[in-house]
Amino acid sequence: MAVLLQQLLNGISLGSIYALLALGYTMVYGIINLINFAHGDVYMIGAYIGFIATALLGLGFIPALLLSMAISALLGMAIEKVAYRPLRNSSRIALLITAIGMSLLLEYTTMYIAGPDTRSFPTVLTNRQFSFMSGQINISSMQLYILLISIILMILLQFIVQRTKIGKAMRAVSMDKGAAQLMGINVDTTISATFAIGSALAGAAGILVGIYYNSIDPLMGITPGLKAFIAAVFGGIGSIPGAMVGGLLLGMIETLVSGYLNSNYRDAVAFVILIIILLIKPSGLLGKNTGEKV
Amino acid sequence: MYFRKVWCFILKRLFILLMAIMLLIPLAAGCGTDTSTTGSSGNDDTIKVGLNYELSNDLAQYGQASVEGIELAVEEINKAGGVLGKEIELIKQDNKSDPAETTNVATKLAKDKVVAILGPATSGNVKAARPVVTENKIPLISGSATADDVTVTENGVAEYIFRTCFNDSFQGGSMAKFAVNDLNAKTAVMYVETTSDYSKGLAASFKDVFTSNGGEILAEEYYQGKDKDFRSVLTKLKGYNADVIYVPGYYNEVGLIIKQAREMGITAPILGGDGYDSNVVPQEAGAAALTDVYFTNHYSADDTAQKVVDFREAFNAKYNKDPNSFHASGYDEMYFLADAIKRANSTDPVKIKDALASTKDFEAVTGTLSIDENHNPVKSVVIVQWKGDKQEFVTRIEP
Repeated sequence: MAVLLQQLLNGISLGSIYALLALGYTMVYGIINLINFAHGDVYMIGAYIGFIATALLGLGFIPALLLSMAISALLGMAIEKVAYRPLRNSSRIALLITAIGMSLLLEYTTMYIAGPDTRSFPTVLTNRQFSFMSGQINISSMQLYILLISIILMILLQFIVQRTKIGKAMRAVSMDKGAAQLMGINVDTTISATFAIGSALAGAAGILVGIYYNSIDPLMGITPGLKAFIAAVFGGIGSIPGAMVGGLLLGMIETLVSGYLNSNYRDAVAFVILIIILLIKPSGLLGKNTGEKV
Repeated sequence: MYFRKVWCFILKRLFILLMAIMLLIPLAAGCGTDTSTTGSSGNDDTIKVGLNYELSNDLAQYGQASVEGIELAVEEINKAGGVLGKEIELIKQDNKSDPAETTNVATKLAKDKVVAILGPATSGNVKAARPVVTENKIPLISGSATADDVTVTENGVAEYIFRTCFNDSFQGGSMAKFAVNDLNAKTAVMYVETTSDYSKGLAASFKDVFTSNGGEILAEEYYQGKDKDFRSVLTKLKGYNADVIYVPGYYNEVGLIIKQAREMGITAPILGGDGYDSNVVPQEAGAAALTDVYFTNHYSADDTAQKVVDFREAFNAKYNKDPNSFHASGYDEMYFLADAIKRANSTDPVKIKDALASTKDFEAVTGTLSIDENHNPVKSVVIVQWKGDKQEFVTRIEP
């Protein structure tokens, strides 16, 4: 029982990282039907900015987090403007390949500037351990931070999308770009804002992971990016609550598979479960049936 | 229009000139080394030893360190009067960390009539040079190629390949002995990198020796290279309450595993192999987490054996820095070869090969060694402990 609780806890803290990343995928997909493969690399850049802010500038955790989110947001907007906007009316495959190219560009530019070596964060947060049930369950304060910050950011996001003007514009553009434009919505600005919000979330995930695992490298975005994309599809791509649920569930499934079945087959078993769910419900857990697939 | 034509013409010429220069540079460099060797090939006052090392590209750290160790040894040997009254002369070649280039370098050194080749530093490159040296009957010695199949092929032992370092399966076994004898471990769990031959090799030999010494392996779990979250498997491993945890891996993942294990309240000793020998481990894990972390290594800088102390002082005097285990293995290779030439009382490569194969109780910095029938050294292993961000010598495990 205690072990199961501990495993669920491990799963939630891993899953909330996936969820933060999956949100960016799903928002961008929802609005321009593009799988933004550079998203995982924005997460990596966010981690590096956090590293610069804490190790070189000596900032505390919260200022570093905000700085990293702000710069990631700008980066997301720049990527959209430079790489995706000029191709918005060209074929879907051209856009997809541009996204992959952008991903490689970010990875290897970082590798050129920062070097390929793994770097470690300085200790910016005192990591306290909380033990329950005579040491059977352990939570670190960092795990609590991750959980707390993810929840705050997700609530904030729901608020922005549901209650603000820009949120309303985003929902309108994702439903029908042409009609939204006719209603006087500035489509370019709205798409830009979507990239900014999604990238800010990725930046936050990046710095959280950097501090939590204490290890960052220029290729750290590839695997989590892929997993988050899968989480987004699993939850129903285009759906914001779907991305949260998908991310958390993927984290839990992975944890439980390696905790209770064979760790050698972690990814295989986890993805077989996902495939089965998608076979039963092709649009994902909370996805709408649109009949359009990449 | 005319202007453009002239411009094109000039560009074309420049391009051809550039190509010609690029073609000539390696030739010129080749000439350079040639003259240095032909200048002395006529006189028999020197013994020529070839160096086939990773001096550039990704494995350059290993090759450069080995060569520094070798050069120190040659300096000492020549100062003491050389071998058989002749000075040692090194012919240094860069294999660019590339197996194909390694083969070329080996061929070139064979043509230069070297008595033996030292290097390459890595297992893959030694295997690439193996056919050439076997065909030309020139012994090859590596100080750091640890893969089991370097000295043994499917046709039996590779006659001309030798090494002065222990192989991977010996390393795992030694750690198992340490766990049983010094840590009084009865039970162990293993956490292995699933895609690494190195990790799996170490784990298999640890398991063999641990169980044959009365220990019991309670569980064997796996991770993948580049993984960052190990908490779920560590939670599972914690449940076994084993006496020790064997994690044969490379520094990047090991640092994170140690950090997360200690955070989760796992206090059992964590054991590993020479992959722990990097400053990345304390950086990632944090000094506070590095308690009871032991690993097998070739050499420890604060070993108090007289041989090691002397080597460290000589190295410090020449290079003004502390030697690492690659420096030590390079140094050992050269003395190992010099010893064989003395015993063979000849510079004939085949006789040197026989002398190398019959080496007994040769005193090296990395431990006293004898060569067994598979050309692996039977030697001691050093157990080193990570204590905070410092490495500390613990003990020597004799074979």
